[in-house]
Amino acid sequence: MNEQKQNLSVFIILILLFTVHTYTVYTSGTENINSTRMNTSAIKGKALWQKNNCTSCHQIYGLGGYLGPDLTNVYSRYGDGVKSFLNAGIESMPVYSFSDKEQQDLLEFFKSLNESGFYPNKDVEKTWYGNIKIRDKTR
Amino acid sequence: MNKKTHFSFLILGIISLKLGLFFGLLAGAQYMVPEFLKEIIPFSQMRELHVTMVISWIILTATGCIYYFISIDNKLAFPKLEKAHIIIFGLTGILILISILTNNMGGREYMTYNPLLFFPIIIGWLLFAINYYQTIIKKIVFGPVYLWMWMTGILFMIITYSEAHLWIFSFFKGDVIKDITVQWKSYGGIVGSWNMLIYGTAIYVMSKIKGDDRIAKGKIAFFFYFLGLTNLMFGWAHHTYIIPHKPWIRILAYGISMTEWIILGSMILNWRKSLNQKQKINSPAYKWLLSTDVWIFLNLVLALLISIPTINLFTHGTHITVAHSMGTTIGINSTILIAAIFYIVSKENKFSLNKYKKRLNIAFWLFHISLLVFWGSLLYSGYLKGIWDQMDMPKTSFSEFITDLKPVIHVLVSGGLFLFISIEFITNPLIKALINKSKK
Repeated sequence: MNEQKQNLSVFIILILLFTVHTYTVYTSGTENINSTRMNTSAIKGKALWQKNNCTSCHQIYGLGGYLGPDLTNVYSRYGDGVKSFLNAGIESMPVYSFSDKEQQDLLEFFKSLNESGFYPNKDVEKTWYGNIKIRDKTR
Repeated sequence: MNKKTHFSFLILGIISLKLGLFFGLLAGAQYMVPEFLKEIIPFSQMRELHVTMVISWIILTATGCIYYFISIDNKLAFPKLEKAHIIIFGLTGILILISILTNNMGGREYMTYNPLLFFPIIIGWLLFAINYYQTIIKKIVFGPVYLWMWMTGILFMIITYSEAHLWIFSFFKGDVIKDITVQWKSYGGIVGSWNMLIYGTAIYVMSKIKGDDRIAKGKIAFFFYFLGLTNLMFGWAHHTYIIPHKPWIRILAYGISMTEWIILGSMILNWRKSLNQKQKINSPAYKWLLSTDVWIFLNLVLALLISIPTINLFTHGTHITVAHSMGTTIGINSTILIAAIFYIVSKENKFSLNKYKKRLNIAFWLFHISLLVFWGSLLYSGYLKGIWDQMDMPKTSFSEFITDLKPVIHVLVSGGLFLFISIEFITNPLIKALINKSKK
């Protein structure tokens, strides 16, 4: 009986910790160092990104499919030139017909991504116990 | 006990696996020949068909097994709810396919379908929860660990699957970092939840085959259960070390992930002990479960290494991550589920698979060898991608890199092809046996 009580107690404690952890992660834990709030146009661009399932081939911060390149910092590399890729339909990329307004929204989304951080982030500090401290946009 | 609905879950699960591997092969072909089927089903849809079908295989089969197992010693509380459950999941599956094929997508990784389909899916899970808890409620506190694992798996599937949809609220979707965090925190939980369902199934089958319930009871069994639960809750951030969120999130996840060394150590100890035992069990389910051990070992070593942030820096965003997810989905989850189906089919009719013995044996080895080739080529692709990622500018363009990678991708797709063939050989007799039982 004691063992059962113990198991139940551990289970309840873990559930409580999980609740606190979740709340903290979504509030202070992700209150970012960098400016990451998107404007209305960027949010529309993000919706286009999702609707067309761009993540099946492209990554953000290395997360997504690997058929196309990571686009976290594509804006810093090509600037407004990013627009020229959007309707090109090269290689496996589907042929899209984004309007000028949609292209601008996508560009705003890429700008926001770019402002949020770096990927791949080569300027990291490695600790003796295997952890990393990553560079952020404020440094 | 009317088992027809349990079998329907298993049959739908196997059909999903076959389709998942078929779409996976076509997606692999598109990797090699970019224009292949591009106008009919582009890669952005093909990949999602593959992913959705494979996830369906895991969920449907695990669900069918759990309904079957809990109905052996108990009277299922609401058989009609089980029927409603499969009808909802079956119809939602069709709607998901339509959603993907008509490009009406929500565009979240692994959950590409229209987000409105969240509602029927969560209703299905709630029906499962009601049925499960009502059926075993009196047994659970004193029950074996697999009852706890199934309970936790269902509960956390409901919690984390709902959490994954927080992105529709502007607090999350208007913030890059919160949005990514919602996705990977919840996905870590979802995978942890289905692992609970599947590992619980593995422990159940193993204890029944050996006729020894001790492996499902006692302090050690519950210690590993709580270790798994802790990882499910707090270990997710090893997917997002590189995201600029607060450092404590990274440190906590790193610490929690490293507790899995205990599992690795325990596995090695158990193997050493088992070398001294001369227990010979002649059962396909047992054989598949033993093979799972090898894949758990390989994938655990990989998972532990890529959970060390300094190593993760190199492997993140490469095919090594895919090797980890495919290795666990195919090598661990699928082998356990195949073992469970073998166990159920043999329990229903001991002799139904006798005439396929030789074929099943060849397919067993073909499966594992192909998977090893597949897994190895993913690791090698990831190694090459890691080097490319870390190169300083100017480096070769991404499309040049993909062209250079093609020979490895050929090996990868060949591995996938033989995997597909082996699964056909394994699942055809199983599905035939299940259909025959359903008719009776």
